Amino acid sequence: MNISRRAWLSTSAAATAAAFFGISGSAIASIEDVEKLISEFGGGATAEAGGPLKLTTPEIAENGNSVPVSVSVESPMTDDDYVESILVMAGDNPSPDIATFHFTPASGVAKASIRMRLAKTQDVFAVAKTNSGKLYKVSNNVKVTIGGCGG
Amino acid sequence: MAGKPRVKIPKSVTAGDVITIKTLIKHKMESGQRKDKEGNTIPRDIINKFEASFNGSVVFSADLDPAVSANPYIEFSARVEEAGTFMMKWTDDAGTVTEFSKDIAIKG
Repeated sequence: MNISRRAWLSTSAAATAAAFFGISGSAIASIEDVEKLISEFGGGATAEAGGPLKLTTPEIAENGNSVPVSVSVESPMTDDDYVESILVMAGDNPSPDIATFHFTPASGVAKASIRMRLAKTQDVFAVAKTNSGKLYKVSNNVKVTIGGCGG
Repeated sequence: MAGKPRVKIPKSVTAGDVITIKTLIKHKMESGQRKDKEGNTIPRDIINKFEASFNGSVVFSADLDPAVSANPYIEFSARVEEAGTFMMKWTDDAGTVTEFSKDIAIKG
């Protein structure tokens, strides 16, 4: 047996997530798709790295079918200065879009959490846009494995 | 078809407080990527929009894509200035809307 048990576990986890997505090896999103979405979202503005935008993801996802993800932007959230939207994307899923959150000053804080599907280990991106057109972006790498010892 | 939603909101708050609202709704979120035993693609069928309003005004909304996990969990915040009613709406690809409302009171 040449393959380590750990390697075999992570391959079958990816296969499970891949089977759910119906991936045959082709038609996976690329970084170009992500960049295109960011450009459409931000109206071509240049995104500042990080800043008040935080993206929280686990380092290792036990189950690719349900990976928790949180985004938040430090902002006064007043009528004059608030976060309008945050777009969350996957760099290596069949399709890059995951979700877009829309806020209003009445949100109080620009913060949202969901659970997402990740087909395999990849970068997850978040881009935030304020009412004045400022753009921030951040990305985290998430390892996807079935659990146990991890990847 | 969406199942019954579950929404966690405090019963009462101090005016001006920002609260966290947690929502969960049962739904397969069929991504449109899977194939059945015969090799046919199972069509996409997801909840694609969530909207939270307070006393008639939208506070927060989310556009969901097939990469959102089954039984979508959505957590967000709202600043509550006065007593009133939160109305949550989930819309699926067929245009079916599931609604759930919850009242909130002001302390003191």
